[in-house]
Amino acid sequence: MDDSTTIVVSALILGGVGLVFGTLIALAFRKLRVWEDPRIDGTVALLPGANCGACGYPGCRAFAEKLVAGAVQPAGCNVLSGDGIEEVAAYLGVAAGAAQKRVARLLCAGGSDVALQQAEYRGLPTCGAAAAVAGGGKACKWGCIGLADCEAACGFGAIHMSETGLPLVDPARCTACGDCVAACPKNLFVVMPIEHKLIVQCRSLLEGDVAEQLCAVACTGCGRCAADAKPGVIRIVDGLARVDYEKNDLAGREAIARCPTKAIVWVEGAQFPALSRLAPARS
Amino acid sequence: MPTIPLNFRHGVHPPELKELTAGRQLRRLPYPDELVLPLRQHTGKPARPIVRVGDRVMRGDKVAEADGWVSVPLHASASGIISAIGLWPHPDGSLAPAIRIAVERYSLHETRARVIPDWRGLSKEQLVAAVREAGVVGLGGAAFPTHVKLVPPEGEHVDYLLVNGCECEPYLTTDDRTMVEYPERVQLGIRIMMKCLGARHCLVGIEKNKPEAIRAIQRTLPDDLDVLVMPLRVRYPQGAEKMLIKALIDREVPPGKLPVHVGAVVQNVGSVATIAEAFETGLPLLERIVTVTGDGVRRPGNLLVPVGTKLRDLLDACGGLTPGARKIVLGGPMMGAAVSDLNVPVCKGTTGVVVLDDRHSRSVEILPCIRCGHCLDACPVFLNPQLLGALARAGRHEQMEEHDLATCMLCGCCSYVCPSNIPLSQMFQVSKAALTKIKAARS
Repeated sequence: MDDSTTIVVSALILGGVGLVFGTLIALAFRKLRVWEDPRIDGTVALLPGANCGACGYPGCRAFAEKLVAGAVQPAGCNVLSGDGIEEVAAYLGVAAGAAQKRVARLLCAGGSDVALQQAEYRGLPTCGAAAAVAGGGKACKWGCIGLADCEAACGFGAIHMSETGLPLVDPARCTACGDCVAACPKNLFVVMPIEHKLIVQCRSLLEGDVAEQLCAVACTGCGRCAADAKPGVIRIVDGLARVDYEKNDLAGREAIARCPTKAIVWVEGAQFPALSRLAPARS
Repeated sequence: MPTIPLNFRHGVHPPELKELTAGRQLRRLPYPDELVLPLRQHTGKPARPIVRVGDRVMRGDKVAEADGWVSVPLHASASGIISAIGLWPHPDGSLAPAIRIAVERYSLHETRARVIPDWRGLSKEQLVAAVREAGVVGLGGAAFPTHVKLVPPEGEHVDYLLVNGCECEPYLTTDDRTMVEYPERVQLGIRIMMKCLGARHCLVGIEKNKPEAIRAIQRTLPDDLDVLVMPLRVRYPQGAEKMLIKALIDREVPPGKLPVHVGAVVQNVGSVATIAEAFETGLPLLERIVTVTGDGVRRPGNLLVPVGTKLRDLLDACGGLTPGARKIVLGGPMMGAAVSDLNVPVCKGTTGVVVLDDRHSRSVEILPCIRCGHCLDACPVFLNPQLLGALARAGRHEQMEEHDLATCMLCGCCSYVCPSNIPLSQMFQVSKAALTKIKAARS
């Protein structure tokens, strides 16, 4: 067998094998194909791609699948702007839906200006670490530690620390993804609809003077808000006023009028409007 | 005396600093005006109160009942009136439910008449029940209920009772004083525990920096039992259960297993003495020895303190704080936790109160890891703290679990040797807490 024959034979064998398997693959592709709506890919391209999970689904693709199936509406995405939602709605030919904007709210107003600092914490500068050492330096064991674990956890740059060491949430940027809820060792963040405007910015279970000695803006459990609000909107449980958001429609500003410590507030937009100055960003 | 060098590998040797209190005799603290008894003073389920506000209790009366097997009852350490049952600062930094007793100032603090059974006539089960009723927990700091460790699990056999008198933490001299002042109690406690466990051998591990304690225990050794005093080299964390087992009987406890799997049970010498006291006097655990020491306290000493005494009262009895005092640590400086409130009470597991001054409590800058490997050489359980630290910094807690974070006992050796001042041990503590949170969320 001379050289040229060898080349031809090998080429034929390889080509033949390739042809056979190519045919098999082509057949398998037809036979075993899983049909997927091509609109899913198109929708994914229009979604923000943040995979934040704030919509309640594990990532943008899962949300897109639900969108195409008609199980959710485009407004369910907390990250998209109004235009973006319209774009997705137009692409799929569905209604945009009414978005219920949800934001993270901090249930503590005890900044360094109002809360008693009973010890100084030195050590690893994270809230989680400080919480492990005698619960941090603040006298109030429920209060915000102020070492910005939430700021670091927020992937959307929606949280910045104020000069008094409280995290300020920018409602426009907050996607309600819940990362701050998980990051806070004191469980001070709650994700709630922005229509929930009556908020008790305190979690201290202490009552009366004891609570107020530790923090000037603590809920003392006096019960005035519960008395002034429409029946059933606020209850005092374990020395803390709690708003029943099932009855949010009945909530009004009358509840906050007589609060001696301003622990209960009516929030339009951002919390802590007086604390606009921000601390220098942590490196 | 054994001639082989008794050893565990790795560990560190921090300055001992025990000279402040080592030679000081026990002093009894006067009853304070108020006692605070947190319901959670032991590892396990908190006790359940059985008194109401306004009740009068006598010294030694039970005020809270054990809730479950891994739980112990709680007793009034002085006579008085129950003034409140509610939240109070706890040594761990939280507010936790506690029983407060307004102590009668002009009282004899007598105890109720009680029948004291002879321990020799009791069965194993009766002995264990009596230990439990006495509210005895591990007095070395972890406060694990002692009776639980006296009942080996089904199918396990205990060869050795190991009595832990190492006291490897710097500053502390609590166990030292127990052994020097109550050697007979230690001896009696050993007898009772050996009977409970059915152990044939007993080794008392004491670090060599406590020669007086070694002599005292040696002097009172029983002739009829196989009990040996083992002087150990001074090395931290010698007093950690697994390290002590390795040093004394050269057996290694596998990760996730209990000492009983290698035929050993370790008991703190203070708990051993307390059990003997309970059978001598019929009284439960009402007071414990606490070392109050450090450069930040005026008159350091070893005190016999009623359980529930607030730190404020304890420190006042020691002359108060010096102007330079900066940091108060419950337990030793290696594993102890700083407290932020002087209203925190002394609990059953409080071994010492160390008050550090300016010089010993500095703020240090945390520098980047230079991968020197000192932490690997120091870790007594052979982990890789440097890798774990990098993972902790990245928040990859689950991956840390794959690298045996669970084996870490937070002894602090890695933090101690780190030239970059990286608080590794604290990072691991945070990661452990985060993992618990993640697991709780999953289930």
